[in-house]
Amino acid sequence: MNTTPSNSSSNASLVLDGVRKVFPTGDTEVVAVDDVHLEIAPGEIVALVGPSGSGKTTLCSIAGGILTPTSGRVAVAGTDISSFSAKELTGFRQQRIGFVFQSVNLVPFLTARENLLIVDELGARRRADARRRADQLLDELGLTDRAGNLPSQLSGGQRQRVAIGRALMNQPGLVLFDEPTSALDTKLGDQVMQLIHTEMKARSTAAIVVTHDERITRYADRTVHMSDGRLASAPLAAVH
Amino acid sequence: MNLAITELRRRPGRFVTAGVILFLIATLLMVLGGLSDGLNGGNDGAVRAQPVELLVFADTAERSIVQSLVAADVRSTVTGVPGVEAVGALRLTQLGARRDGGDPRDLIDVSVFGTELGVLDIAQIPAGEAWADRRLEELGVDAGTTLLLGPARTPVTIRGFLDDTAYLAQGTIWVDDAAFAALVAENKPDEVLADGDQQVLQVRLEPGADPSAAAAAIDAATGGTETLTRADAAAAIEPIDGGVLQSIIIVTTVIAAAVVALFFALLTSERLGLYGVLKAIGARNRTLFAGVMVQAVLLTLVALAVAVPLTIAFDALVPPDSILFALDPARMATSAALLLLASIVGAALTLRRVLRIEPASVIGTAS
Ligand SMILES: Nc1ncnc2c1ncn2[C@@H]1O[C@H](COP(=O)(O)OP(=O)(O)O)[C@@H](O)[C@H]1O
Ligand SMILES: [Mg+2]
Repeated sequence: MNTTPSNSSSNASLVLDGVRKVFPTGDTEVVAVDDVHLEIAPGEIVALVGPSGSGKTTLCSIAGGILTPTSGRVAVAGTDISSFSAKELTGFRQQRIGFVFQSVNLVPFLTARENLLIVDELGARRRADARRRADQLLDELGLTDRAGNLPSQLSGGQRQRVAIGRALMNQPGLVLFDEPTSALDTKLGDQVMQLIHTEMKARSTAAIVVTHDERITRYADRTVHMSDGRLASAPLAAVH
Repeated sequence: MNLAITELRRRPGRFVTAGVILFLIATLLMVLGGLSDGLNGGNDGAVRAQPVELLVFADTAERSIVQSLVAADVRSTVTGVPGVEAVGALRLTQLGARRDGGDPRDLIDVSVFGTELGVLDIAQIPAGEAWADRRLEELGVDAGTTLLLGPARTPVTIRGFLDDTAYLAQGTIWVDDAAFAALVAENKPDEVLADGDQQVLQVRLEPGADPSAAAAAIDAATGGTETLTRADAAAAIEPIDGGVLQSIIIVTTVIAAAVVALFFALLTSERLGLYGVLKAIGARNRTLFAGVMVQAVLLTLVALAVAVPLTIAFDALVPPDSILFALDPARMATSAALLLLASIVGAALTLRRVLRIEPASVIGTAS
């Protein structure tokens, strides 16, 4: 059984405390996430593994302030967002969270570089800083010579790398990757995971990487298994 | 880099259909406005050209000049009302005009006005002079031409032309009241009035006098008149088309709003994924909604930018005596503003759709 995190964990990048999410569907309801306790330290990469429909995306959405939990507490870097309004959550996501989604979700009519700059456009509007940061990220991601290309002119791996760059633009404390490699073949998937690992570690940024591919978990500091909305510690975790 | 403007620039193809429809509607609105002005604009020019603040009608005349008869004693009562500076007579009759030496069957219908206090900036028409509305020039009358008026063929020589002084879509001829009395005596003996009686009184007010207060004072003093400001007297003239064009213009504007609403509703449903992702990464509803507005307004401005020169070209190509079409910059500006308003209203209808998009329902679904 998970134990309730103590108050000493307030410096954690993410604390989920008894989080539950119920979706009403017709006359029944689906319990997508059930009594989840999870704590992630700054710079820690957690792999979230589980079968399809087990609640991984829902959990990430709650952790990133896209969804509010039906009950339970969510704190990101010490800020309790459980009772934030939709408007407050929007601002919070804009400033504090990075997302890389399952399907590639770049703006199709913007270049790679502009897809990074859009984050600044929607938020702080520190244009010169943002441009410098975008160019640096593109360089780190090996996309400098692709900066002016539209998503349709990029390969799947390149697009996912642009999405990673976009997620890092606002210097988030927590990045949520929802099956970032599911659309890529094994070799490209490995490259992208390697890159995620490097980028997170270089910035001490906490991350959840959702996957149903067990091989991906070797890039993570810790693996958490999920089924039917509940977390179960990895079998090996008991050894630590 | 603004997202909405960048999309317009990079994906013009998406907006072509809506842009073309808006352009056609813009052109239609401009042309309808021109036709309405062409048809109705020559309707009340003679009243608007009155160089006085007020016109006094008999209260039985239903604001019609030809049906009005104001007795001699009323005139002296009006003259005594405080604030009144000068009172004159305005009379009107319809006559046929022939060119001297022209084909006798070549008849132009004209409205002849006798005016004591002048017209436009002519303070008083000198005895023996006649001025004509510009329409008669367009019909081939030149300055210096002698026209023969009515069955008695009373000669009047046109001294020059006045702009925007037509009446009920007819050209007008303006003479002083003595000349008018002589014309009526020769050509329309049944319209001769008793000595001192008038159709309508022109009232010029002292500087600073309040027109509506003076009008009320006049009606109170006479007890049998309806005194109107110049604008009200002009507005009392029924549009020749019975307001049909005005109705078509309103319907067209509503259609424009509907087109914009439908187009952006469709576009928004195509953009569910894009908006969902943008919301997830922190785009505010306000930002997305403003983007829709910006696109609607820019699209409309482009449509107008094409429609305006086209309408001007249309005006230049139409011969003056074929279609009644008048291009008025103020009217074009009104049409443009109307269309812009329609697009803004249409685009605003997408607000609910944009608000409803849940980022959670868009992400996490493998495509
Ligand atoms: N918006 C929603 N409305 C109703 N049910 C939902 C909704 N989102 C997810 N679910 C349900 O919640 C469960 C968990 O879904 P999800 O978090 O997407 O799982 P995973 O990402 O692990 O595949 C599934 O049974 C799914 O059908
Ligand atoms: Mg999922």
